[in-house]
Amino acid sequence: MTDQPIAPSRRSLLSMIGGVAGSAAMYHAMTEMGYADESTFKGPVKLSPPPAGTSVLILGAGVAGMVAAMELRDAGYKVQVLEYNGRPGGRNWTLYGGDTYTELGGFTQKVGFDPGQYINPGPWRLPYHHQGILHYVNRLGVALEPFTQVNFNAYVHSTNAYGGKPQRYRQVQADFHGHVAELLAKTTKQGALDQSVSKQDREMLMVALQNWGALNGNYEYGKSIETSLRRGFDVDPGGGLNSMPVPSEPRAMSDVVQSGLWAAIGASCNYEMQSAIFQPKGGMGMIGKAFGAALGPLIQYNAKVIEIKQDEKGVTATYIDSRTGGEKRTASADWCVCTIPASILTQIPMNVAAPMKNAINQLSYSAALKVGLQFKRRFWEQDDHIYGGITYTNQPNGTISYPMWDYFSKGKGVVLGAYTFGQAAYLAAAKSPEDRIQDALEYGSKIHPQYRQEFDAGVAVAWHRVPWTLGCAGAWTEPARAVHYDNLCALDGRIVLAGEHASRIPAWQEGAVTSSIDAITRLHQRVMSA
Amino acid sequence: MKSTIRVAAAAILLTTTAAMADTAGPAPKPDAHGPNISGFFSPFPFQGGEAIYKGVCQGCHMADAKGAVGAGMYPALAKNENLETAAYPVGIVLKGQKAMPFFALQLNDQQIADVVNYVRTHFGNKYKDKVKPEDVKALR
Amino acid sequence: MIGLAAGTTAMYHAMTQMALADTSTFKGPINLSAPPAGASVLVLGAGIAGMVAAMELRDAGYKVQVLEYNGRPGGRNWSLYGGDTYTELGGATQKVQFDAGQYINPGPWRLPYHHQGILHYVNRLGVALEPFTQVNYNAYVHSTTAFDGKPQRYRTVQADFYGQVAELMSKTTKQGALDQDVTKEDRAILISALKEWGALDANDKYATGLEAGERRGFASDPGGGLNSVAIAGKRIEMGDLLKSGLWSAIGAGLAYDMQSTIFQPKGGMGQVGKAFGKALEPLIQYNCKVIDIKQGDKGVTATYIDSRTGGAPKTASADWCVCTIPASVLSQIPMNVGGPMEAAINQIPYMAALKVGLQMKRRFWEQDEHIYGGVTYTNQPNTMIGYPQWDFFSKGKGVLLGSYCFGTPAYIAAAKSPEERIKDALAYGANIHPQYKDEFECGVAVAWHRVPWTLGCAGFWTEEARAKHYDNLCAVDGRIVLAGEHASRIPAWQEGAVTSALDAIERLHKKAMSA
Repeated sequence: MTDQPIAPSRRSLLSMIGGVAGSAAMYHAMTEMGYADESTFKGPVKLSPPPAGTSVLILGAGVAGMVAAMELRDAGYKVQVLEYNGRPGGRNWTLYGGDTYTELGGFTQKVGFDPGQYINPGPWRLPYHHQGILHYVNRLGVALEPFTQVNFNAYVHSTNAYGGKPQRYRQVQADFHGHVAELLAKTTKQGALDQSVSKQDREMLMVALQNWGALNGNYEYGKSIETSLRRGFDVDPGGGLNSMPVPSEPRAMSDVVQSGLWAAIGASCNYEMQSAIFQPKGGMGMIGKAFGAALGPLIQYNAKVIEIKQDEKGVTATYIDSRTGGEKRTASADWCVCTIPASILTQIPMNVAAPMKNAINQLSYSAALKVGLQFKRRFWEQDDHIYGGITYTNQPNGTISYPMWDYFSKGKGVVLGAYTFGQAAYLAAAKSPEDRIQDALEYGSKIHPQYRQEFDAGVAVAWHRVPWTLGCAGAWTEPARAVHYDNLCALDGRIVLAGEHASRIPAWQEGAVTSSIDAITRLHQRVMSA
Repeated sequence: MKSTIRVAAAAILLTTTAAMADTAGPAPKPDAHGPNISGFFSPFPFQGGEAIYKGVCQGCHMADAKGAVGAGMYPALAKNENLETAAYPVGIVLKGQKAMPFFALQLNDQQIADVVNYVRTHFGNKYKDKVKPEDVKALR
Repeated sequence: MIGLAAGTTAMYHAMTQMALADTSTFKGPINLSAPPAGASVLVLGAGIAGMVAAMELRDAGYKVQVLEYNGRPGGRNWSLYGGDTYTELGGATQKVQFDAGQYINPGPWRLPYHHQGILHYVNRLGVALEPFTQVNYNAYVHSTTAFDGKPQRYRTVQADFYGQVAELMSKTTKQGALDQDVTKEDRAILISALKEWGALDANDKYATGLEAGERRGFASDPGGGLNSVAIAGKRIEMGDLLKSGLWSAIGAGLAYDMQSTIFQPKGGMGQVGKAFGKALEPLIQYNCKVIDIKQGDKGVTATYIDSRTGGAPKTASADWCVCTIPASVLSQIPMNVGGPMEAAINQIPYMAALKVGLQMKRRFWEQDEHIYGGVTYTNQPNTMIGYPQWDFFSKGKGVLLGSYCFGTPAYIAAAKSPEERIKDALAYGANIHPQYKDEFECGVAVAWHRVPWTLGCAGFWTEEARAKHYDNLCAVDGRIVLAGEHASRIPAWQEGAVTSALDAIERLHKKAMSA
């Protein structure tokens, strides 16, 4: 199995999860700083009352579908939701001890976790700027707690660097910063910037580099108390006698560069990975549950849609029981918000025009894998002093994420033992859940030798095996977006699509929310002008 | 005290924001046990003995210069016979004494002369001889 | 033995060989052998150092008594809650008007992940912890002399600094400036590393585009549905960034003590002191102002009076003494120790520090500006604004740490009344958050030189003083040993108090056993 990069580069990450912002960038001078809100979510949606008796059929009770259902219901629409699963949430989903999950191909996993232990097979983070989903989370009264992305004491690991010994994130970052600062200071002194940077700016640059890179008086990055105050000590300072700190030895520039471990630093600076980030207490699935409770009788569960037809008067969906099949039933309304993933929708007969049809048909779904591993004790905290956050590795498990709740608990803990996209995730989908777990244990024990002794129970979700999505999220390419994106989002007759696949924030719940609000806003405009 | 002083404290402290501080004073280099601190040694922006006393000294010695008593105490400067020899308070302001910090980095010669002269002629102290900035400089 | 089974000890050895072992000076729970029957220790001060000493010595079998100046345990481990009253030196009394559940920590407020000593006791005492966010990418960096005084988001400052450093480095590398120092192979990797780290575009430029937006944020974020294209912001040019000095805030989260993860006790740092106090209950005698400490061949006697009412001096005696009284106070208490220790005690100045808590009617920093916890930095005398790291997204009130400064601005604040300190914090803060004016409700200000039991925030060591006096401060003098943050190389942190206390009692115990 080939190694992956330490951390996916921005480009590779974006292409894996579908491309973020799209190509048609507008360059816009930010002349005013002010407190302008950058979020696309512009506060609670306000829809005027629709004509009496107007109805909307919503397909899918994921986050997009339930946002649409809640807002349309509140505006006065008659709303009905059909959902394939027996629960609300869709990819907003948490697996708890005692849960059962059957994937395509028939493997059934009974989650062997203890009470209170869980993993989120789908989304797990709520960045501070995802104001749309945060709005609904707070409206629904779902309690949040901080999520730690960057943990300076977690590891960065490569099988090809430092004899496979994991390095602390703080060491990797301090050494990269320090060497870059030293090299740039040196070339600056040697005159390499004389043409491009003014003398005054060069002088300030030297000060800034010294300060930021922890350089010494000669602008060198070496073994010292100052550099250890960034990368950590061999022995920390202490109290009383014999408490002198012992500085650590920075890695040589060439080793730092060749290790490739620097890739993890950039990953942690991404907009979506920046602090503050939150997670719902008790699992991401708490949001889906709360939405479901708020919508109550409007959602019909276990309904597998097999046909969608519209005419001048309305929309009719035909469905069967997703568990037992049986006879066909129909649900009709004046309008339809369809949040069924394109991977499924492409297989459902639906009379929309070619532009939307083509848009739906061209969207492939990316691969992703998450493996949850319950351990008998929280050795990463007790032995390694890692409290939450993420370890990066070039092994196929990609990352190891430590639980960000019940810190310092003396009980068990569930580690996210693998979270990968692309090739590694495809390979995992082709294996049995047991093999995926075994692989995650194998890779993880290279970093945490405690794995084998402490392992308790695991669960593995490969998203191409998930019956209701056939993949993790829509994988947009920039050329495809240019041709098809607007056609996917535009109203076709009485039908509008919504979901992360109909957004420029793919694979994030914020994409589902903002897509849904945009879709119902346009649908409502159409209703009011009809 | 030279500008090379290394601040072996400040672990509670913030960071290397020295460049942001309105400081014209010597910026001590961050040291072993804590990073540099914004404005830690920036000069006091007060001129004249009274302004300096009220802006700085009364933080501990109190507005009436009578000091205060808790688990320990701040000595009264009012009617204080130790002020008789001007060099004594000058030395203490420059170099500190016991828990009292040194102010050599934050007050210039003129400011120290002014505040010592102020205290030695107020709060019941009536010492006629004046301290000059040169006297302060000589004791640095 | 707490926590470690035999098998995991073996694991620990395996890990040591893998160089994963931890670097903390705290080496796990202390293990003292049983002392001579009836051996007693007098502990002076019920702060963290004193209470660690008392707990461990008691558990080992010593007869322990603690004298504490305040009417509560904790010392500088202290939270001010609504309804609390605090009287500073000079007599100004503040009744804290905060609502229930609101507080500030006038003293320590953070527990870094590597402070394993204090974390050990926090967990042993069952004090619940929650994460503390130091670096918030959406908080501000502000200078009155840069960008017309308009605060900048931390993420834009960091991304633009990194991006332009990467661009310059990449450019000079390509131009051959590193040809002598760096091999060709390494130069090629360096260029790709810089591209990734600095978010450079295909031409290795840090352009104002969506690449950079993925780090610095956007003028308008990408969205869902139609008309959802992201709009990039404009970078701050390197010259402006350097002149602004704002880059210096990037160091904040890189320092060892500020690195994630950090924790805070739920409900305030003072929960640690309270839990210690409860665990030691009958051993601590409160409201005792020590006025004399004398040792002889047989033992140590402290003379004390009631710290509130004065009255007749009383005495407490024991075989040994662990004195955790801050050097600022101890230097004024007669104590017959040798010249070296006395000289050491007499040369530690105590630092100035100020904390101002401001209760606001609503959490506008969250609701208007999407800042959830973390710290904003400013060049104004308030130095920083800390956002509450609990009750995120609450619709109720919130308490900001409106000022946290040291040195010069803290001295100036100590010379003012609490009301003026609060007023100042409001004026500085309003330059960053104009909502201050409408939303302010009540405040409390603690200037540490006015705190009756410490006369300053923490011991201030210079390297010269440490070289000369530190070992003399820490060494056992007859039957007396000192402990506290001032007797540590982690000054002003509770970890210093813990590790100092453990080291002190270990040495004292050795002496007791060989006596």
